[in-house]
Amino acid sequence: MAAVLPFARTDLATLPSEAGAWRRAWRRLRRRRSAMAGLIVVCAFVLAALLAPWLAPFDPIETSWSAIRQAPSAAHWFGTDDIGRDVLSRVVWGTRASLLAGVVSVSISLALGVPIGLAAGFAGGFVDALISRITDAFLACPFLILAIALAAFLGPNLTNAMIAIGVSATPIFVRLTRGQVINVKVEDYIEAARALGNPPLRIAWRHVLPNILAPVLVQATLAIAAAIIAEASLSFLGLGQQPPAPSWGSMLNTAKNYVDNAPWMAIWPGLAIFLLVLSFNLLGDGLRDALDPRQR
Amino acid sequence: MFEFLVKRIATIVPTLVFVSMLIFGLQQLLPGDPAVILAGEERDENVVAYLREKLHLDEPLPVRYGYWVGGVLQGDLGESVRTQQPVLDLIVQKLPVTVELAMLAMAIALTIGIPAGIVSAVGRGTPWDAAANAFALWGLSTPNFWLGILLILLFSVQLGWLPASGYVSPFVSLSDNLAAMIMPAFVLGNAIAAVLMRHTRSAMLLVLNADYVRTARAKGLSERVVVLKHSLRNALTPIITLGALEFGTLLSGAVLTEQVFTIPGFGKLIVDAVFNRDYAVVQGVVLVTASAYIALNLLADIAYVAVNPRLRG
Repeated sequence: MAAVLPFARTDLATLPSEAGAWRRAWRRLRRRRSAMAGLIVVCAFVLAALLAPWLAPFDPIETSWSAIRQAPSAAHWFGTDDIGRDVLSRVVWGTRASLLAGVVSVSISLALGVPIGLAAGFAGGFVDALISRITDAFLACPFLILAIALAAFLGPNLTNAMIAIGVSATPIFVRLTRGQVINVKVEDYIEAARALGNPPLRIAWRHVLPNILAPVLVQATLAIAAAIIAEASLSFLGLGQQPPAPSWGSMLNTAKNYVDNAPWMAIWPGLAIFLLVLSFNLLGDGLRDALDPRQR
Repeated sequence: MFEFLVKRIATIVPTLVFVSMLIFGLQQLLPGDPAVILAGEERDENVVAYLREKLHLDEPLPVRYGYWVGGVLQGDLGESVRTQQPVLDLIVQKLPVTVELAMLAMAIALTIGIPAGIVSAVGRGTPWDAAANAFALWGLSTPNFWLGILLILLFSVQLGWLPASGYVSPFVSLSDNLAAMIMPAFVLGNAIAAVLMRHTRSAMLLVLNADYVRTARAKGLSERVVVLKHSLRNALTPIITLGALEFGTLLSGAVLTEQVFTIPGFGKLIVDAVFNRDYAVVQGVVLVTASAYIALNLLADIAYVAVNPRLRG
């Protein structure tokens, strides 16, 4: 233990500058108006999801046969659906399924993809070749079609949809992490850490990972946008959130049968998906510019 | 070139092997006895016994995989539990519809995406650039099934110009076919156009700063010639190869678009199969799309090397 101590100090010495880099990135991000707009809208949706029981004017699954397919009015701002449920309340509650799906599926991709990518990039040789070929195989299956197949075999519900989306998006993170590791691995400071006798796992965790975090974070933000669309798509096809629980995708699935006499049923949930996905995309693009000054 | 071809074709072999394992492995995700589940809701004992025999379910996993791959290599993708038709026949029947949709969508994507990317790169920092970027963000953030519903609302319900659904074969009536396909093709092309625009913009920005473009300008050539002849031609290769990679997005999008516009294609086939618990059809569709994707990628790579002599080495 004693032998490690002096090196632990050098680790500490690198921390303030690392924090400084993140602070500088945040300052650059704050200057980008579109990214900040994205961040604000994302925060608003998070609040809506957390405060849904207080924000929604009606019970999202309570039907009312006296209020079927009513146009937007003072009582029902977004109108009512085919069995008299309040569309606004369902959109507010639906935020939970979408955000949950976005965050959970990307967490699954990160938890699987980053360690596998680290292993491939760090180990090289046969391990790398094997992991890369398996990644290629996953990438050859179109993302949504793979997710549909996985969700079909696992059984249709929100949890399985999140697993299916997370697994389908994993290869992107494997490939990204592997590529970054291969770039970083040859840097002098990694060589130095190795020369000092650090075990490989420690090098990967303390020295490689912090240096590849920025592109992974950018990709994760953009992947949340893609995952939210994917969850809405699976729910639209009937493979995600099951009725009567509210989800934007399944609301659109019902709405498509009533386009001619209740268009508001389709407009609001779609607009919600669009706004949330757009915001994550704006935030992701902004993060990329802020974290990687070379790209500008 | 020949050596490159052999090497490149050799690399797809392991990928294809892992793809087949992945798709075969899907079956293992089914909870419970596959024969009972595959037999459908009736759970007819004869069907269960027949499936157990046919799928070699009493054999160990690697042996079953061997049988399955052997069948696939001979074009036997199993048969549909619902209709008893061979899966390959079903796919071959539906494929032309989706291919037509995909080609129309790609044509729309190219017509919008490439000019938008050129305008955006040439006018970097101008309102044109901002407009093209806003368009790309819109394309990337709009769920295409929602866009489909909105178009139906506008063009079918409000204006009554186009049919909301009802596919007609081009061999029956080309005009009815196009009327039914134009909205879905636009919906599908819209998202790809956004990606193509971004690729075109960055490829053009790279090329516009190249020495030979400066030389062309210094020679006093008109801006039009510099942009369209000297720059675009060189930027086009990466755009086309990256475009080939969008094939997956195109097929994923087709699943949703066909569902919205009730087009009897590939996407409808896999969705119907999912709800009929027709798992062999689901596997078949994934297998065919993945193989097509690998083949297209291979072609794009070969084309890339063929037009770029420096890479031949």
